[in-house]
Amino acid sequence: MSTFEAERSTASVWDGGVSPFSIPSKKLGMWLFIISDALTFSGLLIAYSYLRVASDDWPLPFHFYPSIVVSSIMTFALLSSSLTMVFAVASAQKGRTSAAIGWLWATIACGMAFLLLHANEWLNLIHEGLRPFENPWGTPIFGATFFTITGLHMLHVTIGVVLLAVISIGHKSGRYTADHVEISGLYWHFVDLVWMFVFPLIYLMSVPLE
Amino acid sequence: MSHSSEHVGGTTKLFMMVWISLLAMTLIEVYLSYIHLAPGLMISILMALSLVKAGLIIAYFMHLKFEKKSLILTLIPMWLLVTCLFFIFFPDSFRLLEFRIP
Repeated sequence: MSTFEAERSTASVWDGGVSPFSIPSKKLGMWLFIISDALTFSGLLIAYSYLRVASDDWPLPFHFYPSIVVSSIMTFALLSSSLTMVFAVASAQKGRTSAAIGWLWATIACGMAFLLLHANEWLNLIHEGLRPFENPWGTPIFGATFFTITGLHMLHVTIGVVLLAVISIGHKSGRYTADHVEISGLYWHFVDLVWMFVFPLIYLMSVPLE
Repeated sequence: MSHSSEHVGGTTKLFMMVWISLLAMTLIEVYLSYIHLAPGLMISILMALSLVKAGLIIAYFMHLKFEKKSLILTLIPMWLLVTCLFFIFFPDSFRLLEFRIP
């Protein structure tokens, strides 16, 4: 009986006129974007793995210190920024605007820390002779895969920092609601999520035997 | 299924717990890279931990656990299917290595 009623109510939800997922359309849009963007990163990481397996002299340039230690700190910054983002969303939903804005700027600060450390890492590697199609260590295409994947991720973090700054200023003036904070939060968590795959695949799998 | 009316999103304590478990798993990963496991074992453990981390972020931080089941079923299988399709080409990479002229 209750199963039948559940089926009936499920069917009526899909008859139109209501939002079947009961989320704002902007949020559904962000989710669909995230899934397609996740496929972009999946494709890139699988292409990287493919090239790596197909090469017999793949470079292993990331020594435990400094590369892995610094990238672990970057991971810590991103994970913490996700936590502050969760608090920003929770505060915004409870109507505590100033707390939400504080948490948003904490998130932005963590994102900036990530970007600065990562940019420094790039400069060090470029200084050591890493180029997209040549490097002093082995298979030339290593540089292309490294710069493409981490570069696209850095671009996402940069866009996220700008987005959160815009949302924060707009939330203060009342232009952007708690929904906007939540939806931009989805994007920010996704950037964190991508790094959870980039960090082990690019960095942790490339530590040389000393 | 019909819990969509109670639109609660977890407590501060829950989110702290998720954050701490994410950090703990990251530390395990970094430790594994320090002690140098065999590449096959290493990649299996790293990917398993990363998938768990991704699941935690999606379920709790991105709030998907608290959304309608139909939304989860719309989003996740699509990603899973296409990612599996990518792997159709993957065995080719082994062939390239075996056929290489030394």
